Amino acid sequence: MKAPDFAYMRPDSLDGVFAALAQYGDDARILAGGQTLMALQNMRLAAADVLVDINRVPDLPDIVEEPGHLLIGALVRYAALAESPLVQQHVPLLADAVPFVAHAAIRNRGTVGGSLALGDPAAEIPACMLALGAEVILSSAAGTRTIPMREFYLGLYETALRPDEVLTAVRVPKRRPGQFHAIDEIVRRRGDFALAGLAVSGVAEKGAVEAISLALFGVADRPVLATDAADLLIGKALDPAQIETAKDAVIASLDPPDDPITPPAYRRHIGGVLVQRLLGQIREKLA
Amino acid sequence: MTFQAPIGSSLPRDRAKRLLAGRGRYIDDIALPRMLHLAFVRSPYPYARIVAINIAQAAAMPGVIRVVTAADLEGVVEPWRGTHNLFPDMKVPVQTALATDTARWQGEAVVAVAARSRAEAEDAAEHIVVEWAELPAVSDAAVALDPAAPVIHQDYDGNQAFTAAVSQGDPAAAFADAPHVVEREFRFNRHTGVSLETRGLVADYDPTSDRLTVHQSHQTPHQQQDLYARLLSIPEQNVRVICDDVGGAFGLKHHLYPDELAACAIAKLLGRPLKYVADRLESFLSDIHCRDHTVTARMAFDAEGRIIAMELDDLFHAGAYSQYPRSSVAEGNQIIRVSGIPYRHDHYRAETRMAYLNKPVLGHIRSVGHPIACAVTEQLVDLGARALGIDPVTMRQWNYLDDTDFPLTSMGGIALEKLSFQACLDRALERVDVDAFRAEQKTLRDAGVYRGIGFATFVDLTSIGPEYYGEGGQHISAQETCLLRLEASGGIRCYTGATDQGQGIDSGIQQVVAGVVGVPVSDVKVNSGDSELCPVGGGSWGSRGAALGGEAALRAGRELRGNILNIAGVLLQKAADSLDIRDGEIVDAESGAAHMTLDEVAAVGHFKPYMIPDDVDADLTVTARYASRGRMFLPANGLHVAIVEVDTDTGLIAFHRYLVVHDCGRLLNPMLVAEQVRGGVVQGIGGALYEEFVYDGAGALCNGTMADYLVPMAVEMPDIEVEHLETPTGTSELGAKGAGEAGTTGAFGAILNAVNDALAPFDVTLSETPLTPTRILQALGKI
Repeated sequence: MKAPDFAYMRPDSLDGVFAALAQYGDDARILAGGQTLMALQNMRLAAADVLVDINRVPDLPDIVEEPGHLLIGALVRYAALAESPLVQQHVPLLADAVPFVAHAAIRNRGTVGGSLALGDPAAEIPACMLALGAEVILSSAAGTRTIPMREFYLGLYETALRPDEVLTAVRVPKRRPGQFHAIDEIVRRRGDFALAGLAVSGVAEKGAVEAISLALFGVADRPVLATDAADLLIGKALDPAQIETAKDAVIASLDPPDDPITPPAYRRHIGGVLVQRLLGQIREKLA
Repeated sequence: MTFQAPIGSSLPRDRAKRLLAGRGRYIDDIALPRMLHLAFVRSPYPYARIVAINIAQAAAMPGVIRVVTAADLEGVVEPWRGTHNLFPDMKVPVQTALATDTARWQGEAVVAVAARSRAEAEDAAEHIVVEWAELPAVSDAAVALDPAAPVIHQDYDGNQAFTAAVSQGDPAAAFADAPHVVEREFRFNRHTGVSLETRGLVADYDPTSDRLTVHQSHQTPHQQQDLYARLLSIPEQNVRVICDDVGGAFGLKHHLYPDELAACAIAKLLGRPLKYVADRLESFLSDIHCRDHTVTARMAFDAEGRIIAMELDDLFHAGAYSQYPRSSVAEGNQIIRVSGIPYRHDHYRAETRMAYLNKPVLGHIRSVGHPIACAVTEQLVDLGARALGIDPVTMRQWNYLDDTDFPLTSMGGIALEKLSFQACLDRALERVDVDAFRAEQKTLRDAGVYRGIGFATFVDLTSIGPEYYGEGGQHISAQETCLLRLEASGGIRCYTGATDQGQGIDSGIQQVVAGVVGVPVSDVKVNSGDSELCPVGGGSWGSRGAALGGEAALRAGRELRGNILNIAGVLLQKAADSLDIRDGEIVDAESGAAHMTLDEVAAVGHFKPYMIPDDVDADLTVTARYASRGRMFLPANGLHVAIVEVDTDTGLIAFHRYLVVHDCGRLLNPMLVAEQVRGGVVQGIGGALYEEFVYDGAGALCNGTMADYLVPMAVEMPDIEVEHLETPTGTSELGAKGAGEAGTTGAFGAILNAVNDALAPFDVTLSETPLTPTRILQALGKI
């Protein structure tokens, strides 16, 4: 379990990163927190020839307040995300999500950008960003483009990122009046990859659901929005019958991948349990 | 017999401070001049013929010193067979350090690369081309025993390796006439003992003196010395095995592994020091595994709920080979010997069958066979209680062997000296208010919360006697020796054949020596884990360190104390037996008045021997040994009580309480025994809830990483309460029985019973470990 030889570069600017990507193309991988990439290197799975370390690139570790949004830099560590007063005030779902992410040592090194760019289907942060309607900022020597989270994942570990691009930040809408949120996941051991998880974000107006997103993770090849369930809930009060309907809609929509340890039926079932539990919690909070 | 402190005191472990400070010395901390690193090419297939091996490209790669195949090791290392002469009918195929023409399990080492660094060795290993001819693999014991199944070892006419049976009374008639019979099929899935430090060694061979020194993460240095000497044809007095700090062992480090022997052979071949440390992926593939048993069992009761008879059929397998040097029979053999043991009954039949098939070797991991025997027995008792409408506690009180029944020989043929089943249950009931729990359980059920309580009574066969392996023909010491040396300053060096893998036996032995001689514990330094310096012993496995190593230390301590007092008597012109040693001072035995200090005696003994008459025993270096006679085991006993809550929506299980009442005879250090029990319970929880190797239909491992093979973690663990009872054995002076496996032994049974009690309203019974959330929801019919 020793990594094969690889080249290591540590540019101190984005332009330097772009140059490295231009030179090495598909042979290069971007190294941020290294919590997944280094393990893959050591296990000689998907080993890269060149690692381009972005830890010296300025601005990437910053969280910046913009009108209506927070701009969260790719190098913001999980621990910093949870501790940020801006995040706690404006996007509390993210602060609540961090304790579910792995273990303390990993949260100290792992980054928001790394999690988003990798796109592990069981990861918490991508699902939260999906629920929040965030958009990722992808930069290259040619310029910058912005892609909504719901268009970012194309398949298992497959994203809209081009080989010459770097995910530099994610833009997250600030909470609005009446906004609610919740997150939970089912794991056999605290810190494990979720067997299934759910992040919910929405807005309630006079007892009725005005908007809601339910992002499930650990149940498909990428985080998924339960749009059928959301459509059923919008404009209605969150009463037990509605919650039951939403749960059934989620169960009907899920087709989890087969896995030698956890059968799809289990993930589908607990996906429904999570919907029922989190919507129940939200209902109590709104009451 | 009473012993003075610090025997029986809860002192912190001598090693703890050093290990916490990061000053432990594990295998990967060792670096020798000119040392090479080894990596293996392992079979990707469970069963395949090796058609050709092309090493040309790898041999030319940077840093590579030598690429080694089985052919290169011919004449360097002998093959071996894991026999046991008490079981002469067992089929025992020959095993070799590297696979010769056929690989019989996925992960079997086939080619080794010695290079300047492990990374370079791994680079080269990727460029070795093995041409395989895959064969149809057998990966299930029942399939293996089917006459139509492919035969794994062509020297034999089938895959059945071993059977054993025990029968007492007339079980067939007893079952035929019994008013109540309960029967279940149990499944105990496959897991292992995951040590924090993986297997590893540094082998250093000097051809000029034909001397082999092996630093190894291992439990039994003297055993390894014998094996390396014999298999590598090196005079035994030239072989030294050193086991410094060992980062967990749990039984998986008391065997000979082919890859480790290959490493020693390659060190001999090359005449250079060589390091091999299994990485985590290799560990999951190549460490000894355990369990993988299917048990069908039934129990008969009379109309009042008294147990009449028990029957059990166990089917398991050894993997591809019989482990060496102990052989692989014990897990099955213990099950048929130990099942039903706490309960009075007159009719018993148990049978075990062992197969060979295409999986890694299955052998001895903490609490060999016992968790299965305990879980099967205890679930049948609970099922009987449920069928008869009797409370599980009452059921046990009625059926336990009474204190007055001992000594006796169990239905399985085990001599039981004196055990304390009733007393353990009484103590548990002082700690757990079962009536209050039942009331709360009922209230909670009405609110949709499902809690259950499970009891598991266990017997642990500890501290095996020398007859078992002596008659088995294995070179495995069940005898312990202790050497003590009084330094001129008055300090004592102690050398023991027992070994410390983190459990703290060094401290227990230190306390015995300090208590018997009469010195402060800080005046005794224990050295262990060195086959050259330490007197011959068996190391630590099978819950033996305190009972055997402790007794040898007691004997050596008594001898040294006698010699010290002999010298003091001469110097003081007093009778030696009128003197005592207390806290390092020679005192008057009656009045306690101080006469002189130990260092004054020691200085005379070392530097002025002319002051002591020749006929006075005055050796200040003494050795004593202990070997039991006429007993196979020192059975210890106890009771586990688990209270769990089952989430019937998710299938997750959470602990509310966990209590162990444990009786291992004399306690050398109650705190360390309690910690041993806690560690054992955690490992038992691992097997009961989390740990499971999953193989696909073709025999390939699906979950060989820490991400998907789940070990128990701190957050989910209960606060484990431990109560001690002390029923000393009369077979030794110290009276200690073994303690190391008790925590694991009862955990499967207690948790299974607690979960089934929690789910009683749903009328389901689970009898398969681990109790995964999927299995729970499947049993509940939710998925």
